[in-house]
Amino acid sequence: MKQQNKSITAEPVFKAFIYVVLITLAILIIVPVAWVFLASIKQNSEFYGNPWALPAGFYWQNFVDAWNSASMGSYMINSVIVTALSLALLLVIALPAAYCLSRFQFTGRKLLNTCFMAGLFINVNYIVVPIFLMLKDGDVWLKNLMGSGFLLNNIFVLAVVYASTALPFTIYLLSGYFATLPHDFEEAAYIDGAGYGSTMVRIIFPMAQPSIITIILFNFLSFWNEYIISMTLMSSAKGQKTLPVGLLNLMQAQQSAAEYGILYAGLVLVMLPTLILYICVQKKLTQGMTVGGLKG
Amino acid sequence: MRRSKDRSLFIALCVAPATILFFIFMVLPTVNVFRMSLFERGAYSPTETFVGLNNFKVLFKDAKFISAMQNTILLIATVTIITFFFAILFAAILTREKIKGQNFFRVIFYIPNILSVVVIAGIFSAIYKPENGMLNSVLSFLSGRDVMILWKDQQMVIISIIIAMVWQAIGYYMVMYMASMSAVPVDLYESASLDGAGRMAQFFQITLPLIWTNIRTTLTFFIISTINMAFLFVKAMVAKGMADVGLSFMYTQKDAGLYGYAMAAGVVIFLFSFLLSAMVNKVTKRDVLEM
Repeated sequence: MKQQNKSITAEPVFKAFIYVVLITLAILIIVPVAWVFLASIKQNSEFYGNPWALPAGFYWQNFVDAWNSASMGSYMINSVIVTALSLALLLVIALPAAYCLSRFQFTGRKLLNTCFMAGLFINVNYIVVPIFLMLKDGDVWLKNLMGSGFLLNNIFVLAVVYASTALPFTIYLLSGYFATLPHDFEEAAYIDGAGYGSTMVRIIFPMAQPSIITIILFNFLSFWNEYIISMTLMSSAKGQKTLPVGLLNLMQAQQSAAEYGILYAGLVLVMLPTLILYICVQKKLTQGMTVGGLKG
Repeated sequence: MRRSKDRSLFIALCVAPATILFFIFMVLPTVNVFRMSLFERGAYSPTETFVGLNNFKVLFKDAKFISAMQNTILLIATVTIITFFFAILFAAILTREKIKGQNFFRVIFYIPNILSVVVIAGIFSAIYKPENGMLNSVLSFLSGRDVMILWKDQQMVIISIIIAMVWQAIGYYMVMYMASMSAVPVDLYESASLDGAGRMAQFFQITLPLIWTNIRTTLTFFIISTINMAFLFVKAMVAKGMADVGLSFMYTQKDAGLYGYAMAAGVVIFLFSFLLSAMVNKVTKRDVLEM
């Protein structure tokens, strides 16, 4: 109302300009991503012509080749196992720890909280080399002890490392939520005769569901997309690999042998799960917002 | 009495696994980064010899390390400035203006943030391909002649990395600024526009001062994450030896088996990021309420 009084003519021009800018940026983001999806069903010969040409047909063979001959299938299974395992491990370890650290008074609590807070500032890119050396030395030691080491090139160890390095962020996020709950919940449960463990699992954890979903989301994305730790700890040429590392190797091999179709099919395999999840969560987020609004 | 014993046991069981894993895989390696920077470790045998500050002395004379750090500083400066400008502009537009499809734009702009850097590297290798790549073909179309820029060659590689990093980061910072901008009370803008303040004046005199704390936090984020992301991008996007940033230099030394030297580089980069963040924090300190 108030703004209508001034500069009535300039307003539509400004609005149009804003839309042009927003749409330009949206195009700059969507087009390259969509291009990869289209390229993944192109035949190899199509990559030498105009890059903006639509695919001639649905050449699904790229996905079959990527899955089988480029071993993307087994990489994908590895990635699924590592991601699921490290998420499960992280939840089982971080939830009780965050609960105790935020809601119980005990000696050393303050020190532990400070340590985990400081852990937020440790970046894995710096400590990946010492972790690698520690596991390598461990392997040598195990080899002397029982003939073979199993710490490097092991997707289970990789999952443990992922879960451990995600602990500070996860505990920080969960503690923040647990600290806001009133203590009456536990007191009521104790009076009813529930023990500490069952109170935590059956009363507190269900209430923390929104934050649990948040940490699953963030950590899923970071575990699924991670490649530096994976590349370092799973460095054996013939050993198992996670999907991003396998893809990276394929990309680097690609520079000599041009198998573009397989490469883009591999890219689609990596990003499709994250995109699907993102779209679902987007819906859930808006739903959650309206439900909260009704209650409030 | 029994109750308190139960309680201690319960707490110990809950806290111990997290503490142990945190200690083994985060505290110990961090201590080791600093310790190993003072040692020389054989590539094939775990014997370590103490060399004092020798690694650092060599490091500061290493032309490759110096150029890697120069690239790092260049990336921090350019990526921060460009991303900050666009992120805050789009955040202001999406929160302050009545735009159709606001949510749609927010969802789209955030997409690059959920993609793996490996995927982004793949996407940008299609964009940067010299012959029939997306970027060169658009440039050829716009200029009307054949453009053949070698985006991943020595001269252009840093610019290519900057473009990819900005593309990846805008959405994330935009969402952050949007969150803090939507907390600014609407009546402030209403009374300002009654007083005749235009969009620009409102932005500089209300929005910016009120989200200043948030901006300072994100500046620290920019420094730390640019150092890390630059490493990921260089590792995934750039041919070996074409251009290095601080952490990719460290990783190259590790691959060569020079572990002590690699860790010395890690220590220097860590201290650099810490000091730079502290400096930026100090320079941007404002008494928010007085504005």
